Amino acid sequence: MSEVQPSEAEHGHHDDHSQSEHHEQSFASKYLFSLDHKIIAQQYLWTGILMVLIGAFMVFVFRMQLAFPGQHVPGWGIVTQANYNSLVTNHGTIMIFWFAMPVLIASFGNFLIPLMIGCDDMVFPRINRLSYQVFLLSVIVLIASFLVPGGGFGGAWTAYPPLSAKSEYSMTNLGSSLWLIAVALEFVAFLLGGINFITTAMNSRAPGMKFTNIPIVVWMIVIASILFMASVGPLVAGAIMLLFDQQVGTGFFDPDKGGDPVLWQHLFWFFGHPEVYVVLLPAMGIVAEIITVFSRKKLFGYKTVLLTVIATGILSFFVWAHHQFIAGIDPRMANIFTVTTVLISIPIAEMIFLYIATLYGGSITLSVPMLWALAFLAEFLLGGSTGLFLGASGADIYFHDTYFVVAHFHYTFFPIAVIGFFAGFTYWFPKMYGKHLNERLGQIHFWITIIGFNLCFIPLFVLGSAGQHRRIYDYSNFPELATPGLQNLRVIATVGLIMTLVAQVFFFINLIVSFRNGRKASANPWNANTLEWVAPSPPPHGNFAEMPTCYRAPYEYSVPGRDKDYWPQNESS
Amino acid sequence: MIGKPIATTREATGTPTGRLAVWWVIVSEIVIFGGILGSYIMHRIGHPEWAFEAAHTNTLAGSINTFVLLTSSLFAVLAHSAAEKGDGKKAAKLLYMTCLGGLIFLIVKSLEWSSEIAHGFTITKSTFWSFYYVAAGLHGLHVIAGMVLMLWIASLAKRNEELQRVELIGIYWHFVDLVWIFLFPLLYIAK
Repeated sequence: MSEVQPSEAEHGHHDDHSQSEHHEQSFASKYLFSLDHKIIAQQYLWTGILMVLIGAFMVFVFRMQLAFPGQHVPGWGIVTQANYNSLVTNHGTIMIFWFAMPVLIASFGNFLIPLMIGCDDMVFPRINRLSYQVFLLSVIVLIASFLVPGGGFGGAWTAYPPLSAKSEYSMTNLGSSLWLIAVALEFVAFLLGGINFITTAMNSRAPGMKFTNIPIVVWMIVIASILFMASVGPLVAGAIMLLFDQQVGTGFFDPDKGGDPVLWQHLFWFFGHPEVYVVLLPAMGIVAEIITVFSRKKLFGYKTVLLTVIATGILSFFVWAHHQFIAGIDPRMANIFTVTTVLISIPIAEMIFLYIATLYGGSITLSVPMLWALAFLAEFLLGGSTGLFLGASGADIYFHDTYFVVAHFHYTFFPIAVIGFFAGFTYWFPKMYGKHLNERLGQIHFWITIIGFNLCFIPLFVLGSAGQHRRIYDYSNFPELATPGLQNLRVIATVGLIMTLVAQVFFFINLIVSFRNGRKASANPWNANTLEWVAPSPPPHGNFAEMPTCYRAPYEYSVPGRDKDYWPQNESS
Repeated sequence: MIGKPIATTREATGTPTGRLAVWWVIVSEIVIFGGILGSYIMHRIGHPEWAFEAAHTNTLAGSINTFVLLTSSLFAVLAHSAAEKGDGKKAAKLLYMTCLGGLIFLIVKSLEWSSEIAHGFTITKSTFWSFYYVAAGLHGLHVIAGMVLMLWIASLAKRNEELQRVELIGIYWHFVDLVWIFLFPLLYIAK
């Protein structure tokens, strides 16, 4: 069973890894059917970026509708009720399943795991390639779901039955099923990828790399993959059942036929809540790497961080019903889930404190990746602390399904998916492409994004507290919500959104400028310790000229008595 | 990339990577079946009247299938022991026997379903039957997938290639067996 690709075999190259970068490969075999973990990471990255642009366009259209109801939206036209529902649904679905997941886990996981543990590829390169191909198929199915008669699915990303189960309610018979199939395919892709991540990190570590020498971000991605694997099953089963309800006419979720709609909520949120931590953990890991490097300090409490993450992972399986406090569940059960929900804020707060302790007394460089990492801590803190209001079942009766919830989870997901992504991307960009990004453009991009984001979501907290319910197409039918004061807040939120979107223009300009004339990056531009910085920038096929051996823990910065303030993991003394 | 990546040759935990991967696949499968069976059990507790529906299942066919599937697992174990001794030809033969078990299982199942559907017990008759067909159908798909993989691995084993995969498909096949051990009492015997 050899991994020889046909094009290489034809050319008769039989040399070793260090020379294989010079192989002449066709475009297709190099970029489309590659087995190289770095290329697969790029495929996930750019597919994710393409999808986030679609998701961002959707939010632009429906936020314009909310700020200026019934008006013509540039690039779209008049937004109908069905349009609105479909846009909101698919915005949520895309941002979580087709942006946060592929970019934070699949892309960073693929790029970083083999490099950081010091080996040349994933243990199952062909399963890795299959994972991306299934993911690409899921993208195509999802996009097809917008284009079929009846339009895209509009039953919210949580797809609660009976709305999602019966075509006479959802009015998007084909769209609903295609949406469901796309989500299921996406899960298959990440199960395949997750097996690769876990087994690679377990078995293919460089000689000498003990469990406590593994960089935190690798731990986080692996634990996130395990969480995903252990939580997604019930939703896969639920998706099969829902598909049968939609297309065959069974009644798993239909009370008329002896089914139960709340069952779906349990199956969905048993996955849905651990899923929050599935995307949170990689972002936390990325931030850990960045703050140690740019404060030149050892990560405070490596083992505590690790145990805390494991505790978070275990607890995350026992909080799901806090999404269902008003779904008619037993109040005694609601009490239990209030306790577990408030409990899970302890390990997360502990992690934030450990990160702040890492920063304390460090010699901090405010480079662009560091700005993003610090912004992550600040913004995520706001998201986390507003979650306490929702986790308490009493307060949740009022806040449930208001814009307070919307603002809360955007204050968690935006730092995770967007800020976490930019932190990681700007930090590892020199490694990925061998060039530096432009600092000034990066700073402009950072500040406008952060100001725009807060301008968008702080008003939503206020609107939610005023009782503004989610998923309403036009508030002019609700006199107490259609007051000029509240309408102005909606306009301010939309202005904040547009600002965030415009800021991304600076990101893409920065990309173009840096790809063309970016300063060349050395192998280790940040003076970091972890093994990916031992490989050349960008790493060739096979990653390392000589496979590294690991001698120490990853965060030995500013060790007294050494002339350099860093101590790479592969240096023997 | 000529030859295998170095990554595939390492074994830091001391357990072969293939075996680790199969166990992780099984973890994800356990939660999939756990989701559907957990839902079924919760419904069943809330609906004692489903017992009247369950009375129409064919316990004899279910018992035969249980016997057939357990016997096929025996062949999978024998194939593993043959592969450990390096006898690929014998391992392949035993894997074909295992597949035969899977085939008999599927034939019995299709006869059983045809007769049930002919008597009006279709997937939409009631939620019990929906669970019955979806849970057993999902299991049946796993049997088919296992057979396809087994035929491929047997064709490699015949040439004494990749003999470690005989053990891996065996682990998977035992898991498929185990799921049936849960399905059989829950769908057929509980009346």
